[in-house]
Amino acid sequence: MNSELTGVLAIFLISLLLAIPLGRYVARVYLGEHTLLDPVMGPVERLFFRLSRIDGRREMSWQEHLKAMLGINFVWLLFTMFILMNMAWLPLNPDGNPSMAPDLAFNTAISFVVNCNLQHYSGESGLSYLGQLWLMFLHFVSAATGMAAAAMVFNALRLRQTAGLGNFWDYFIKSTTRILLPVSVLIAIVFVFRGMPMTFEGKDTLVTLRGDTVQVSRGPVASFAAIKHLGTNGGGFYGANSAHPLENPDYITNAVELIAQFLIPLAMVFGLGYYLRRRKLAMMIFGVMTVGFLLLVIPNMVFEIQGNPAIGAMDVDQSLGAMEGKEIRNSAASSAYWSILTTVISTGSVNAMHDSTMPLSGMNELLAMMVNAFFGGCGVGILNFYIFVIIAVFIAGLMVGRTPEFMGKKVEAREVKIAMFTALLSPLLIMGGTALAAWTFVHDPALPWLNNPGFHGFSEMLYEFTSANANNGSGFEGLGDNNPFWNISTGIVLLLGRFIPIIGPMAIAGLLAGKKYIPEGAGTLKTDTLTFGIMIFSVIVIITALSYFPALVLGPLAEYFSM
Amino acid sequence: MKHTSKQSLFQAALVRSALRESLIKLNPVQMWKNPVMFTVEIGTAVMLVVMVLSSISGGNSPLLGRPGYNFTIFLLLLLTLLFANFAEAFAEARGKAQADSLRKTRKDTPAKKLLDDGSVVTTSSSALQRGDRFVCEAGDLIPSDGEIVEGLASVDESAITGESAPVIREAGGDRSSVTGGTKVLSDRIVVEITAQPGESFLDKMIALVEGAKRQKTPNEIALTILLAGFTLVFVIVCVTLKPFADYANTPISIAAYVSLFVCLIPTTIGGLLSAIGIAGMDRALRANVITKSGKAVETAGDVDVLLLDKTGTITIGNRKATNFYPTEGVSRPDLIRFSVLSSMADETPEGKSIVELANPELVKGLSIHGAALIKFTAETRTSGVDMPDGTRIRKGAQDTIRKLVERGGNDFPADTEKEIRHISANGGTPLAVAVNERVVGVIELQDIIKPGIQERFQRLRRMGVKTVMVTGDNPLTAKYIAEKAGVDDFIAEAKPEDKLQYIREEQQGGKLVAMMGDGTNDAPALAQADVGVAMNSGTSAAKEAGNMVDLDNDPTKLIEVVEIGKQLLMTRGTLTTFSIANDVAKYFAIVPALFITSIPALQALNIMGLHSPESAILSAVIFNALIIPALIPLALKGVAYKPIGASALLRRNLLVYGLGGILVPFVGIKLIDLLVGVFV
Repeated sequence: MNSELTGVLAIFLISLLLAIPLGRYVARVYLGEHTLLDPVMGPVERLFFRLSRIDGRREMSWQEHLKAMLGINFVWLLFTMFILMNMAWLPLNPDGNPSMAPDLAFNTAISFVVNCNLQHYSGESGLSYLGQLWLMFLHFVSAATGMAAAAMVFNALRLRQTAGLGNFWDYFIKSTTRILLPVSVLIAIVFVFRGMPMTFEGKDTLVTLRGDTVQVSRGPVASFAAIKHLGTNGGGFYGANSAHPLENPDYITNAVELIAQFLIPLAMVFGLGYYLRRRKLAMMIFGVMTVGFLLLVIPNMVFEIQGNPAIGAMDVDQSLGAMEGKEIRNSAASSAYWSILTTVISTGSVNAMHDSTMPLSGMNELLAMMVNAFFGGCGVGILNFYIFVIIAVFIAGLMVGRTPEFMGKKVEAREVKIAMFTALLSPLLIMGGTALAAWTFVHDPALPWLNNPGFHGFSEMLYEFTSANANNGSGFEGLGDNNPFWNISTGIVLLLGRFIPIIGPMAIAGLLAGKKYIPEGAGTLKTDTLTFGIMIFSVIVIITALSYFPALVLGPLAEYFSM
Repeated sequence: MKHTSKQSLFQAALVRSALRESLIKLNPVQMWKNPVMFTVEIGTAVMLVVMVLSSISGGNSPLLGRPGYNFTIFLLLLLTLLFANFAEAFAEARGKAQADSLRKTRKDTPAKKLLDDGSVVTTSSSALQRGDRFVCEAGDLIPSDGEIVEGLASVDESAITGESAPVIREAGGDRSSVTGGTKVLSDRIVVEITAQPGESFLDKMIALVEGAKRQKTPNEIALTILLAGFTLVFVIVCVTLKPFADYANTPISIAAYVSLFVCLIPTTIGGLLSAIGIAGMDRALRANVITKSGKAVETAGDVDVLLLDKTGTITIGNRKATNFYPTEGVSRPDLIRFSVLSSMADETPEGKSIVELANPELVKGLSIHGAALIKFTAETRTSGVDMPDGTRIRKGAQDTIRKLVERGGNDFPADTEKEIRHISANGGTPLAVAVNERVVGVIELQDIIKPGIQERFQRLRRMGVKTVMVTGDNPLTAKYIAEKAGVDDFIAEAKPEDKLQYIREEQQGGKLVAMMGDGTNDAPALAQADVGVAMNSGTSAAKEAGNMVDLDNDPTKLIEVVEIGKQLLMTRGTLTTFSIANDVAKYFAIVPALFITSIPALQALNIMGLHSPESAILSAVIFNALIIPALIPLALKGVAYKPIGASALLRRNLLVYGLGGILVPFVGIKLIDLLVGVFV
């Protein structure tokens, strides 16, 4: 095996090894058990609760959880709008960058509140340090929102009948203080030592070898890049994201960024097992997600390492792989690995140009976001998976001749309705959005949207809506998307694609928790088995294939077959 | 009516009535209840309009397409609808026919109505009202369902149960119900009518099958939502395909859109869903169980705990003599002779069984002519005979016989005492025999466990159902029989309240409980149980309280009912999986066909090598239509239930209906295409 592949394998295995103890720790935090950080963070948390006059020990119903979650997100949205539109005169602006126009501020605010981080600006010139810091704050709280929602669902899965499902504020604060903050500090320290800037001093001046004077933007990059990945946010400090040499200087930072974005989605799966003391269930979920992940990532690595045959035909050396749009320091293999990791998980940070990957690699990136449940985003990935579990449980239950049950609770019409509605939303937003764009473009082909009309142009539009719906934030950047059509349409998709897939699982879990608990009997369909894992996997594959097949045929598949 | 189940599935008369009914069911108001098929109907209507428009425009518009092709698609969609309607109508017709054959037993018969002054007038059975009383004597057909308020009669119930042996029905007991259409063979009874005409269980059942009052069960509702969700996904897919195709510069005809849509939505399960539900109730009826709602059948499939009466369910009737153990010094033939003599006048089942057990050679010529019979009384607790020669033969419980012999100055022999302990330990009842106050031996009485019942309990255990035996026996005997029969738990020395208590406790733990009962004091427990099966011979209170009535009065019927319930759910689940899995092949048939002309590279996706775009679409639509009637037999008979554990069952069904559902249409569509390709 060559060193490129060994490197990728090592990165994957280190992610797993770190995530297992982190998962155990996550479970302890949500169970309210004693942890190492109690003496440090306990007083901080108590201070927050005292200042806000919230009783963090009061049990909340799922509806109260929802209200708290939506309420605080709305407040952040308003705050973000205010700061982005007034950065010019607010403090911490050594470079004198301007405030944002209202429409761009609106798009950016939504994008960061929902953990997506589509960026229609460049951080170097578009934001002050205050703006960057505020966005970094959103990196933390949007990740914590997803984790707190997942924690409530964990609580609801415990085998009993209850209306009280823990306290949202408690889960939320602890996600930040006990998990996100300490781990990001560790990551940021590594980044600082690998040469990422960490300063509030404004631009630096550099004289190049040729004697030109160049202005180099700086800022609190190391801390930003740490939580950007740990919180699966993906919004970069610089416009070029992790392809920028100051945001991802070398192979080590590249590896750490890859591990950091994988950590919490993995830890949430293991954490579920520790939390419920159902290791087999966690292993089943982990197995399904890993198989899905590998089926997407392995072909991508093969395609990218093989290189582009069309370019090869022009007698251009392809021995390094398909290097168009890739950084030499990151290599084809690790860029291919990144391209799937960042899309199965809703990070959306990039270290290479996805637009330039091979047609079927692009399709896999699309599929990764369409499923959005093979690990998925911070907290929300496991919620998306939960929806598929409910649908699979329902069909499988009927297939064995029993009213479907999951974790001792009967799955009935109401839960199926919510699960189906939530599952329906993705095809509606992705296909509907793309159809609207295609329709608009057909009626006005002069629009400056597509660098490549034809199949690839279609893929670019499809990718943009898929990315927005999955709250991913990466793009096929050949698309000219900084205009009212894309700002508004993706903004709406972002909001719906974020909150409905959180509300749906919380509602189902809450409803199920309120039902009578039925102990497992010999006739109960066990959900922690290989068979049920195959069932869930089939449900995910079939639903995704049936929803998107025609779109994928007209985009990446047509492109591939025409190559 | 067991004979009907052996007839062929498709009877001509039923098919004819179902065909007629399937046209009537095209009415959109009725269709609306089934969202999947309703959207097919809209598609059919669209194709009708397109067909007319395309003939007017002369077939030049790429959107409208050629009239002949449109007509074919229209016809195929109409056929799809009719097939689905036929499935439902046919299931209804079968259920109705089954119910009618039961109803035939209650045609108009003369009734001897008893007036308040005690006089009797002959009137028609249809004129009887609730609360009326009528008289039945030997040879009379009982005109209506009711409860005996006076007298006792032997009744021939073969018209209902198919069982030719007459049964005893009497006032005041747990066997006080009579059914209209059955025949009184002896004696005279006065019956009070307990249900308004047209409101008996059978009438309710027929109404359920006929659809007027059929309500969707909770699982059916949830599944309908799931199917509606899938339908919506495909609405999105098909609507967005228009701008996609415009972008790709590919003209797609309306016929192709509609075909794609109809093929993708789960029409197979959508078309068969109500037929499956009706067939479930129908299967129950074929097992001679009348259900009060479809929900009851469905719940039966979920049952976790079965409460079964010992007597009649687990054991055959009463105890039987199984062995003779002579005391030392007494020959075995002597003991048998004494035992038989003491039992010849004994009309109890135990007494009769002693005579049956004895060797006919040995007892030949024995007679008790002239002997004095000593009947069993509560005081003596023994029975027997005093023979004309003065020999006093007594049999009875160990302690009373011991007193008897000790009073006579004799000892109770040690070897017999050992034998008695041995019998008790094995769940038997020892019956000591004494002649002239001297012990001659002991007879062993045993509960006879029904042959094959152990296997049934094992099957239930594999299904995940816990069995509980309810008996009046003492805990020791109960434990022994429970172990021998293989039930999981037992309630000994059970009073009716104990059953109710047990059910409540199990339900508190989230279990679903089924039980069978007949007596009035069973009524609270029947009502409390999730599935309460009342015996038809039981009191009307019991029948009112339960949600099923078993016409055969067969206590093992519960086991069948559970399987029918499971089959019902499984049939729905597997056909849903099959239906959705089918879409993969349909996509591979239709999507390349839509784009191949403008994007020739997509020929690579035509993995079935279909003849032409038009033949590909036609083949998919034909397959989609034909699969519905092809699956009607499966929908009506139900998917076979195998108690192999939930995971193994899921594996098996995933393989057969999931993987099979993916592969079958590839083959089917290819074969149809070979045929269609000749014409198109």
